[in-house]
Amino acid sequence: MNKIKCECGHVNHEGTVLCEACGKPIEGNQHIDGNDKTRLLNMRYDGSARRSQTYKKSIIDKIWNFFSSVKVGVWLIVLTLVASAMGTIFPQEQWIPANAVSRDPAIYYESTYGIFGQIYYQLGFYDLYSSWWYLLLVALIGISLVICSIDRFVPLYKALKNQKAKRHETFLSRQRLYSESDNVSKEEKQQIIKSLKKQRYSVRDENGHILAEKGRFSRWGPYVNHIGLIIVLIAAVLRMTTPMYIDEYMWIREGERTVIPGTNGEYYAKNKDFILETYDKDNQRFEEAIKKEGVVAKNFETELVIYKDQTSATGAEPKLEKLKEGSTRLNHPMKFDGYALYQAGYQSNEFSSMSFKVHETDDPNETAIGSITIDLTSPKSEYKLDNGLRVVIDQYFPDYYLDNGEPRSKSKYPKNPAFVFFIYPPNSDDPEVSFVGIRKNIDATGENEYKLGLQDFEMRDVSGIMVIRDYTLPLFFLGGVIFMIGVIQGMYWHHRRIWINPKNGKLLLAAHTNKNWHGVKTDIEKAIANTNVNMVKDQQELPG
Amino acid sequence: MDTLLNISSTMLLVAFILYLLATFFFGATIRDKRNKSKESKAGTIGITITIIGFLAQTVYFITRWIASGHVPVSNMFEFVTFFGMSIVLGFIILYFIYKMSVLGVFALPIALIVIAYASMFPTEVSPLVPSLQSYWLYIHVTTVSIGEAILSISFVVGLIYLVRTIDQTKSSKRTTWLEIVLFSLLIFIGFSLISVIFNVTGYSAQFEYTANNVTMTTEYQLPAIVSPYEGVLITDGVMQPWFDAPSWMHGADAGRKFNTLIWSVFVGLALYGLLRLVLRKRIGAAIQPKLMKTKPDLLDEISYRAIAIGFPVFTLGGIIFASIWAQEAWGRFWGWDPKEVWALVTFFFYAAFLHLRLSRGWHGEKSAWLAVGGFAIIMFNLIAVNLVLAGLHSYA
Repeated sequence: MNKIKCECGHVNHEGTVLCEACGKPIEGNQHIDGNDKTRLLNMRYDGSARRSQTYKKSIIDKIWNFFSSVKVGVWLIVLTLVASAMGTIFPQEQWIPANAVSRDPAIYYESTYGIFGQIYYQLGFYDLYSSWWYLLLVALIGISLVICSIDRFVPLYKALKNQKAKRHETFLSRQRLYSESDNVSKEEKQQIIKSLKKQRYSVRDENGHILAEKGRFSRWGPYVNHIGLIIVLIAAVLRMTTPMYIDEYMWIREGERTVIPGTNGEYYAKNKDFILETYDKDNQRFEEAIKKEGVVAKNFETELVIYKDQTSATGAEPKLEKLKEGSTRLNHPMKFDGYALYQAGYQSNEFSSMSFKVHETDDPNETAIGSITIDLTSPKSEYKLDNGLRVVIDQYFPDYYLDNGEPRSKSKYPKNPAFVFFIYPPNSDDPEVSFVGIRKNIDATGENEYKLGLQDFEMRDVSGIMVIRDYTLPLFFLGGVIFMIGVIQGMYWHHRRIWINPKNGKLLLAAHTNKNWHGVKTDIEKAIANTNVNMVKDQQELPG
Repeated sequence: MDTLLNISSTMLLVAFILYLLATFFFGATIRDKRNKSKESKAGTIGITITIIGFLAQTVYFITRWIASGHVPVSNMFEFVTFFGMSIVLGFIILYFIYKMSVLGVFALPIALIVIAYASMFPTEVSPLVPSLQSYWLYIHVTTVSIGEAILSISFVVGLIYLVRTIDQTKSSKRTTWLEIVLFSLLIFIGFSLISVIFNVTGYSAQFEYTANNVTMTTEYQLPAIVSPYEGVLITDGVMQPWFDAPSWMHGADAGRKFNTLIWSVFVGLALYGLLRLVLRKRIGAAIQPKLMKTKPDLLDEISYRAIAIGFPVFTLGGIIFASIWAQEAWGRFWGWDPKEVWALVTFFFYAAFLHLRLSRGWHGEKSAWLAVGGFAIIMFNLIAVNLVLAGLHSYA
């Protein structure tokens, strides 16, 4: 490595633009920061030697330089921005509404949005955010973050650490804020130092050369927030690739106890009750809005009991012990042992039991001879009445519908139960066949002596519960906190430096800040008030 | 309860009038031939009235909170009103840092437009649906609103910068774009104006239309230029629609919203044409001479400063608090819902802005145009995402 020795005696790394100690522009390197074309010095990284600006030969150099370029970084951000926005033109696959023509993306997009929908589907935009190219863009941003930060942080840190209060006059006069003053007394100088200290600058005095500096730590803000972002990206990768994240869904009926999916059979949940509350129509406060909008839901809640299986061996009969009792409602998930249960949905159209009475077909009063109650979760195959009559369930359709004249069941859930009953009159082996369902009672032959009539039924709710266990959350949170600290550190504090150097009987005053020039000017005005020192001139006022 | 609500809406009106009044006082500060002391006097009166107006709006906020039992940021009216209030707050803060009266001439009218726009939405106190019953509603929504408002101030200042510096001696791409930006502000005024006019006359026309195999009716408060897709007018004696909305526009009330948009653009165009007739030059060219006293580099710095202050606040509210709430409510902190995506787009946009500014030296005009672009994204997220791209946030 070729070291460069400055006339002030400091030895700089190859590629340094401004001497770390005295700030003198190093000959032959000025093009790196574009200082050869401007009057003012580019102070972005204090003229330190960045790897990306120094080595450009090998493949590794080239890759490094590609990713360390902010231009590339901004392009990646912009591309990701545009891609993200495109994903909202039509709903993503998971947001296809439940009442859509079809939830199959192959059908939905074309039938709903026409030709544009079809193109959207064929380009794979219906699942844009998990597409390989979107993930690649995010990954590239991650690489760019790391390389950009390392490329700049280390040299900037060194440059600020090695800086001296005594600066080369070229460095001072080529700062944005600069002035020269004559006839400044020692007392006035002391007064300025005092004032700067009062404004909480840390002041270094090296043989009458003064450097007043504050807020240097704000320079590390960008690197801190980039670390936060990298932690977030690592968390995202872990969440996608490891079993640190469990996401399951279960339907659980009132009164039912079932194993919680995703827990390896370790935990069971019992649904004690599902509660749906709506706002009272007579509620004075919201009267008008409710009149306009109709029924407004107030609460969705499921009361749950959690059990833990105490048996250690798999396959053994579970031995359940109550772990926790409580409820989950929207915005208030129920948590236990790292799992969280979310109230995510409900169905209130399931039958739990039905009662029928048996009467003679030609009895106008339909007086009951006897009655049966069918538990729809476990219907018996035969029910005996006191008078010796038998009712046999020949076929049971929990969710009945007619498919081309053929009775079938849409699902195994009793949403629209229907039965084919065989009724055996006392002392007979010759059954009468009848078909009974909700508002349906069909006598197949028209000659039945007995008839079944629906007497009563009970319905129950089904709760949709989401089961989540996400061990990556603390990592995401940590990343978010570090990011916020970094952003605030970088944005709400400012790095200000004021140099006061004597030179040939004159006093040179120069200042630099990474942002908020208005603020540093105010500081200088305060410091030099009532002295002979001239106010700095802003050498870079915008045209206009 | 009713008295509280009456106080509440009266105070909002008071705030509105005070902001308007303050705008005139700030306007006096940029008149050409004023001397310095008169100028600062007008500025002092202006900021005092602004602060009183802000307090009045705070009373609106608190009384409505008491009356409804929840923080009033739960529907479009409440949220947008609060957003307008946040813009005023952002302006007050930056006014005290930089003592620049011209900020008021632009920031207050924008806050006024925002508040006027808000009051076109249903203003009844509505009950909180279960998904909003969380203290994160308070934290998330208010933080986002304040963050976006501070970012909006950067747009206001950027706009002043552009009007101040763009060469108006000849027509160019830049003057055209500037006129487009000013025209878009007129669209909002057009929307409020036309809504008020037809609200007063009590105009109503009902349509029946079918969406997703369900027959629905929708009520137009403006004469129908466009009817819902395959909609049938069922009110007699009102204007017949000129054409149908295209078939892909079939969200809830899409036809009505499209109709309102057309009206707003029409009225905006009419206002713009009228202004051009009166001024006999581009609006930008007409305002420019009033701004010659302001320093471009100070404007540039304020615009950047507003982003530097607003970006962390927005990120905290719009990304981090939003994620925490989403985790509590839905079990996933990020779900690529359109509103979430557009919050991310906003985040990316300002992140790109900061990198361009800090590392690539995009100062001055480029930076000002970016500030305008950022505001466009914020408004898109506030309006279009809620009204057009239905998602989890479409309650608002």
